[in-house]
Amino acid sequence: MSALADAEVRLRVERPEPGLLVLRVSGDWTLDAGMPDADEVVRDIESDPPSRVRFDASGLGRWDTALVAYVYRVVASAVEGGAAVDLSSLPEGVRTLVGIARVVPHAGAARPPEDDALTARVGRVALRAWDTMSDAVAFLGETVIAFAAVLGGRARFRRVDLLHALETTGAGALGIVALINFLIGAVLAFVGAVQLAQFGAEIYVADLVGIGITRELGALMTGIVMCGRTGAAFAAVLGTMTVNEEVDALRTMGLKPVEFLVVPRVLATGLMLPALVAYADLLGVLGGGLVGVSLLGLGAVEFVEQLRSALPLRHVLVGLVKGGAFGIVVALAGCYYGIRCGRSAAAVGEATTRAVVSGIVFVVVVDAAFTVALHVAGL
Amino acid sequence: MAYGARVVQRDVDFEVGPGEIFVIMGDSGCGKSTLMRHMIGLHRPAAGDVLYDGEALWAADEDAVDRIRRRFGVLYQYAALFSSMTLVENVSLPLLETAGLERALAAEIARLKLALVGLAGFEEHYPAEVSGGMKKRAGLARAMALDPEILYFDEPSAGLDPLSSRRLDDLILELRDSLGTTIVLVTHELPSIFELGDSAVFLDAERKTMTAKGRPGELREASDPKVRAFLSRGRL
Repeated sequence: MSALADAEVRLRVERPEPGLLVLRVSGDWTLDAGMPDADEVVRDIESDPPSRVRFDASGLGRWDTALVAYVYRVVASAVEGGAAVDLSSLPEGVRTLVGIARVVPHAGAARPPEDDALTARVGRVALRAWDTMSDAVAFLGETVIAFAAVLGGRARFRRVDLLHALETTGAGALGIVALINFLIGAVLAFVGAVQLAQFGAEIYVADLVGIGITRELGALMTGIVMCGRTGAAFAAVLGTMTVNEEVDALRTMGLKPVEFLVVPRVLATGLMLPALVAYADLLGVLGGGLVGVSLLGLGAVEFVEQLRSALPLRHVLVGLVKGGAFGIVVALAGCYYGIRCGRSAAAVGEATTRAVVSGIVFVVVVDAAFTVALHVAGL
Repeated sequence: MAYGARVVQRDVDFEVGPGEIFVIMGDSGCGKSTLMRHMIGLHRPAAGDVLYDGEALWAADEDAVDRIRRRFGVLYQYAALFSSMTLVENVSLPLLETAGLERALAAEIARLKLALVGLAGFEEHYPAEVSGGMKKRAGLARAMALDPEILYFDEPSAGLDPLSSRRLDDLILELRDSLGTTIVLVTHELPSIFELGDSAVFLDAERKTMTAKGRPGELREASDPKVRAFLSRGRL
């Protein structure tokens, strides 16, 4: 409360005559002493525009940028309202600084306010979505053409980039894929067992874990983990290259960024994911088996036997094929947002986030599509 | 030249002669770098074209564009070196990919180019391990890798101390005088403009058009007061 009282004492706004607005500034006007809200005076000026505005600094103590900022705002508003401004009472330093600040006229290149009607907003979102979609389709097309060039032996990318991508995508992910899938397998076994125990059918935990992991969860969880890991990395690397003009440099050298940057990454991820999924399946079944054997009292041999009889190779293969598809989706999402990145550090962050979110969404969509298609095909 | 609906410059019309140093100048935000991007094939003109010896860059098919691209090299404002490659790998890239040279030969030529810009001994360094000035020189070595007829420099003095800037200017003059390279410079460094420029064009940010064209020395007496003020740093 006392701070507020101080503020009021330091500024007095008076209209001693019609058309004249006097602002008496007294006491200390410094950043640590605080600054009264300029909005109040600005509103006063706008509601009842004076023809003259005068500052009276006879009681002014110490001052710094706080005073200059306040005076600048008030002067801007007063001049806009057509008032004549008298700053003669203010210290010379304040007058000089306000003068410098006002030398370059306000650029005035303000954007016209956007139409806020619901239909306009919906329209804008729809148009942006359409632009993004057509751009994404164009990117997809470029990638397909680039892969055709790979098959024809004409694609230009560095072998070392492919090898590096294989390493980071594959070998680098073993730890996290193992952990996630082991735990998922264990959780699945546990949740299933609770239900199956009611019917004395605990042994079918092996079926649940076997089919659930190999056909669905192994590939799905690995795909999602790779979105966060590899998709994000691709988006960040390509995004940073875009910000640094490295992608432009490739273009002016006659190299196609899609061939040089995207192909090795998509190839690496598409090749590595099935291998990772196989590894994930193993760990998932292991996790489920451990729960089955230790917590449910199933015999280890019993578990393995049940697994073997319940799990035709078909399910494992489905999982591996899905893994390959997910790998391609993850890499495409990461590379797309990376190459389409804006030109700032914040844009790289945004690109990374979008890559991960889109990647996850598309992995799940592709999974659903596979499920329907395989069901229809009777597989 | 436009970004979507926003026009940056219009009615820009000029010629760059062979073996000349051509300067693109103007106040901040006038579109100097944008103009250069149009000329090197990175940004499609909203209207008009860029002609290389009469051949239109933006109307050409892919093979013709590739041919045109081989005729020029670009030094970007912050060098745009590929951060995952060493300096020698950076300079070798156009030799390997665009010219299709053998790896060993490409590396040899790359080493030579790096030595020419004073970076002998730094071949195996990564861009993050060298200074800004050295990155620029490496970028120049890469731009010159294929001995292009035309070199584009986007703000070559950006981030350089006055001495390094001077050395770069001398190098640019050397390129014109001994190799006959045509050079297009985007810059607002006045010393460079007067020392190097054979011909120049001034882009006005407010009027969004080209307001002066000619030799920098003559443009000091241009009819447009803004051009005069720019070239005398405000001290008329």
